[in-house]
This record gives sequence, C-alpha cells and structure tokens, in this order.
Amino acid sequence: MEFLDAVILARIQFAFTVAFHIIFPAFSIGLASFLLVLEVQWLRTGKAVYLNLFKFWMKIFAVAFGMGVVSGIVMSYQFGTNWSVFSDKTGPILGPLMAYEVLTAFFLEAGFLGVMLFGMGRVSKSLHLVATAMVAFGTLMSATWILSVNSWMQTPAGFSINEAGQFVPEDWLAIVFNPSFPYRLVHMVLAAYLTTAFVVGAVGAYHLLKNRTNPEARKMFSMAMWMAVIVAPIQVVAGDFHGLNTLEHQPAKVMAMEGHYQSYPDGAPLYLFGIPDEKNQELDYAIGIPKLSSLILHHDLNHPVEGLDTVPDELQPPVPIVFWSFRIMIAIGMLMVLVGAVGLYLRCRRKLYENRTFQRAAIIMGPSGFVAVLAGWITTEVGRQPYTVYGELLTVDSIAPVGAPAVAASLIAFIIVYFTVFGIGTWYLLKMMKQGPKHAETQEGKPIRTAGTTPAAAIKPDAFPAE
Amino acid sequence: MFDLPLIWAGLLALAIFIYVVLDGFDLGIGILFPFLKEKDQKDLAMNSVAPIWDGNETWLILGGGGLFAAFPLAYAIVLPALYAPFIIMILALVFRGVAFEYRWRDPAHERIWDRSFHLGSLVATFCQGIVLGAFVQGIEVEGRAYAGGWWDWLTPFTLMTGLALTAGYALLGAAWLILKTEGALRDRAYGLARTAGIATLVFIAIVSFWTPLLIPEIAERWFQFPQLLFVMPVPTLTAILAAALAWGLYKRKDGVPFPTTIALFLLCFAGLGIGIAPYVVPHAVTIHQAAAPDSSLLFMLVGALILLPMIIAYTAYSYWVFRGKMDPEQGYH
Repeated sequence: MEFLDAVILARIQFAFTVAFHIIFPAFSIGLASFLLVLEVQWLRTGKAVYLNLFKFWMKIFAVAFGMGVVSGIVMSYQFGTNWSVFSDKTGPILGPLMAYEVLTAFFLEAGFLGVMLFGMGRVSKSLHLVATAMVAFGTLMSATWILSVNSWMQTPAGFSINEAGQFVPEDWLAIVFNPSFPYRLVHMVLAAYLTTAFVVGAVGAYHLLKNRTNPEARKMFSMAMWMAVIVAPIQVVAGDFHGLNTLEHQPAKVMAMEGHYQSYPDGAPLYLFGIPDEKNQELDYAIGIPKLSSLILHHDLNHPVEGLDTVPDELQPPVPIVFWSFRIMIAIGMLMVLVGAVGLYLRCRRKLYENRTFQRAAIIMGPSGFVAVLAGWITTEVGRQPYTVYGELLTVDSIAPVGAPAVAASLIAFIIVYFTVFGIGTWYLLKMMKQGPKHAETQEGKPIRTAGTTPAAAIKPDAFPAE
Repeated sequence: MFDLPLIWAGLLALAIFIYVVLDGFDLGIGILFPFLKEKDQKDLAMNSVAPIWDGNETWLILGGGGLFAAFPLAYAIVLPALYAPFIIMILALVFRGVAFEYRWRDPAHERIWDRSFHLGSLVATFCQGIVLGAFVQGIEVEGRAYAGGWWDWLTPFTLMTGLALTAGYALLGAAWLILKTEGALRDRAYGLARTAGIATLVFIAIVSFWTPLLIPEIAERWFQFPQLLFVMPVPTLTAILAAALAWGLYKRKDGVPFPTTIALFLLCFAGLGIGIAPYVVPHAVTIHQAAAPDSSLLFMLVGALILLPMIIAYTAYSYWVFRGKMDPEQGYH
C-alpha cells in the first residue's frame, strides 16, 4: 500500500511540475516567432511601431523564458529521482532524443538569447535579426524533439527489448517519426501560436479600451485577430486528424474522451454532456447527438464503435478526467474560432478598433490558450494511463525505489516554491502587460533598456529611429 | 570498432567540466553577492553574467540528459541515491535563476531578489559539492537499483566537499569580476579572491589527504602504475598554479587569476577522474555495464560531433560580443 502511495505522489509531482513547465514554453514558442515577425517587419518597413512592440514583448519574453529554463531543469532530473526504473528502461531510446533536444535547441536558445536581449547596439542589425531567428528556431526544435519523446511514449515504435528489460533502438527513423508524432507536433505548435496570439490580443484590447488611437495597441490587436481567424480553424482540422490517429493507435483513450462505456454496433452518439460513473461503467445524465460520433470517427453514420466494455477494467484510463478535460479543450477551441470569425466580420465593417464589447471579450479570452493547452495535455497524458510507455510499460512498474515520505516532502516543496516564485513572476508579467509598450518608453524618457538589465543599453539614436 | 561507452564517458566528463567552470563563476558571483556594495557594485556584477548565465546552466542539462542517454543505469541509480541534494539543488537554482529578471522588474523588492540570488547560488553550490562527495564516497547498489538509505549522502566528508566547492566557485566568481570590471568593484574582487583562494587551496589539500584515507580503492588507483605517472607531478603542478594565482592576485594582473583558477579546477577534476575510472557509479557499476547499447551511443555521437563544435563556436561568439571590461555607465541609469 505504501508503494502505491509513492506512485500516486510521484504522479502528482510529475503532473504538477510539468503542468507548470508546459505553460512557459507554450507561450515562449509563440512569442519567439512573434518577435521574429516584428523584427523583420521593423527592418522591412522602418516603422517605429514594430520596434516598440518588439522591445516590449522581448522584455516579457525574457521573464517567461527565465521561468521556462528553471522549471525545465527540474524536469530533466525528475525522470531520475522519481521514475528511475522508467529511466533505466527507456534511457537507450528517449535519452538520445532528449540529448538532441539539448544540443540542437537549448544551447541555440541560450546562446543567442543573450545577444537578442542585450546585443542591440553591440552587433549589427542583421546579426541581431539572426540571433532572434535562432532563438525562434531553437524553440521550435525543442518542441520537435520533446514531442517526439512524448509521442514515442504514446505510440512506441522501432524498438526491441533486451535481456535486462530495456527498450533498445532498432530503427531510429521509426522511433523519431513514430506514428503519433507528426500529428502531435502540428497540434502543439499551433496551440502555442494560438496561446500567444490570444495573450497578445488581450493586451492589445486592454490598451485599446484605454486609448483606441494607440498605434501599438491597434497593431497588436490586428495581428492577433488575423492569427485567430486563420490558425484557429486550421487547429480544429489538425486536432481532428490527431484524434483519428489516436483512434487508430490508442482506442481506449478515445473511448474515454467520448464517454463510450458501451459498444455501439449501429453507430455511436456524440455525448455533449454527462457524468461518468466509473463504478457502474456508465455515463449518467448523458446528453448526446445520435450517430454523430460514428460520423466524426469513421465518416459513416452507422459505423460500429467499440466501447470500454471491450477493455479490461485495470487497463482503462480514468474516464472522468479525460472526458472533462477533452470537453474543456474543445469548448475553448470553438470559442477561439468564434472570436476569429467575429474579428474578421468587425474588420470588414471597419469596427475592429471601435467595438468595446468585442475587446472586453478578447481580454477574457487572453488566458484561454493556456487552459486549452493544459486541458489537451491532461487528455492525452491521463488517457495514456495505466501505462507510461503505451501497451509496454505500466506506470506502477516505472517508479523509483524512493519512499512515499520522500516524494511527499519534495512534492510539498515544489508546490510552495512554484506557487511563490512563478506566482510572483506571473504578477510581474501582468504588470508589464498592463503598462504597455508606449508607457514604458515615455516614462523612462529614453530608449527602453532591453530586458532592463542590459550593459548594452546605449542604443544609438540613429540606429533606432524614434517614431 | 570504437569503444563508444569510453568516448561518451569522455564527452560527458568534458560537459560536466565545462559546466563546473562556466556556471561556477556565475554561481560564485551569487555566493559573493552580500560582500559587494549596495546597488552599483551588485548591479554591475549581475550585469556581467546576465547575458550568458542560462547558456552556462544549459551544460547542467546536458550533464543530466547526457547521463540519462549514455548511461541510463547510472542515472537511474545516482538520482534516487542523492534524492534530497538533487531536489534541493534544482529548487535553489529556481530561486537564483528568476532573480536575474525579477530583480529589475520590482525595484521595491530588489533586496529580496538579491537575497534569493545569493542564497539560491550558495545552496545550489553546496548541494553540488555534496553530490560530488557522495558520488566519490560510493553508492550502495543491488541489482539495477539504489539499495542504500535516505541519508547515506550526509557524512562529514560530503559536508566538507560542499564547503570546498563553495570556496572554489567563490574564487572563480571573484576572478571573473577581476577580469570584467575596474575601479572599486575590482578592488573588492581582489580582496575576496585572496580569501577564497586561500580557502580553496586549503580544501584541495584536505580533499587530497582525506579521499585516499576514506576510500582505499582510490588510494590504490592513484598510487598504481600507470596512473602514478599522472598523479606524481600533480602536487608540483598545483604548487606552481597556486604560486601563479598568488602572484596574479598580489601583483594585480587582471588576466591571471581566472585562467589559473580554471587550471586548478582541471587538475582536481582529472585527479578525481583517475580515482573513479572505470566506474560510472563508483565501486559498483562500470562505464560499460551502465552504457546504453552502441546503436544509441552512435546515433548520439554523430549529432554530438557535428553540434558540439557549433555550440562551442556560437557560445564563444556570444562571450566575444560582451567581451572586455564592463562600462559602469551602461549598467544602470
């Protein structure tokens, strides 16, 4: 029993630390690409509005990236402290993928981040642009490798098992490009872009409400709404493909997402609402649309759909969590599409910067991307249970030989430290967002100090024209 | 065919050494932070590492990730064995890492973040020293797992290595400040470097005598052929480097203390390496027992051989961009 407690505690600890960690990269992946677009636009047009926005979001990026780095170091050691058996067994496969992440992404980001943050005025404009591009490229490389790792745990391929019980590589191409990887990568990168777009949109909306002629606010809001109208529908399609891929490789996860406890030989309903009852294996108070699930999953109204009655109880994922987190993600996705459509409509009517109700709605939608990312992540990771490596290695067989008190103590320490440190960091971010780009410049009365700490702040006035 | 596990042991040792030197000096600045004058000296000291610190810390991730990848069994044994010092170290790194940005975002609470930077650096360093000591003194293994108790890592020897590494990082930090600054801050750094230098040399002597007494296997290895050929000149080399360091510190040659300190670290590191090889978990698991299969090691080696030189090149470039003495006028407004 004590052993089982250690498993639960270690799972909570991993879920907690990775949930915090995922927030920062989801934001910085999108933000790094956004910064690159802003710098390119500035160099192309010479318009001060782009430079002001670049400097403003770069300061925010520096804080978010710092939080991402320190919460990421925790992850790279937690595999060993709490999940050492998993590490021993999967190390020959997952270790090299993570090593490639460090070598191709982390060093690139960290190496060029200093030049990007502190190098304006020290290096030429084009070299600075290269540094920004390298940081943006690094964030995408990082996403690529870590999602390959995650996808391999969901849909393992290209391996065999040696006499020590370790997973050993047979075919690296099959490992890296395992069946769910391309879908997951596209889905996650789009999610990161949407998350950032809605944060940028909310900040733009907030400053538009204060002053609708603010050029930086207009630019931010306009760019964010273009992202929403273009990327949100693409994300719906990408998510659908990802779901079909999951149906092929992890059917039990889809059954849990859909709340299908039973099999439906003549077409399954799409449940919009219901209360999963794990004990009796049924969905209470269910509200569903007949046959729609069959249509979505198999593109045929009457296609039979298997339910969790075909899966032994001990191999089922926890249905209530998966069922609800999936619905939260979908609901937010639909709202994002709606915001994009309304934004386009208002833009065509030339009311985008005038409609205050829509701007207030955009502020409310500001954090929606983070919620959707977390909900989606919970859906796929909890849906993988009871395995760490799907179909191959059970979670209970992955744990380190550490006692429950040790895991409990470290869990409490992580919770206190994370809520304090990252809570304060988030408050700083909100404070900076509230100040806005214009404000910072007029208040200091001199060029913005990139990231505030720069020894290289002496920016030549001719190099960076004022508005 | 090449001995891939041995190549990876060498690469990993290189990564860890680069980490120790690079993060050593920026952790060292955190350790010395309370001894610097309020505001201007502290601002300047922090600015001298702000553009490079997270690149430095990335080598720690490579150390952890590389161990996981190349020697998964060792990773799976060492981390549970040193559970508490590792967890405390990464939490301490959280506190110091965020201080780089938070400090400038909230001038009203700058003192709190200065303290967070100092204590985080100090605790992280002390834990790294404990990890080093616990690793050297040996880890109990049964089958493919750690078999010792929760507190095995806590001994007088590990506490001593914790203090020793703190002194060493403080010396690196002071030597970095001597290299990068002028005026009052450099004067302060000279004073701090002298104290830290004496402490470091004393600790090198203590470690050199205590380690072979505590662990007979290391004594045997140090004093057997052919290792003896390397070990014999070590005291002489250490004495020469110590003299060079003292000369640099007392004659105020700004460029001398930092490289001589790095050379001292290299000697200590090589001495430990000779004591530990061919084990990756001392006295329990060898490099070859813990190694991932050759297909994993080869797959990584291809990337490492292409990427590591590139990494070193652009890291060097970013140091070069921020080269030379800091200009205090640019440090704050």
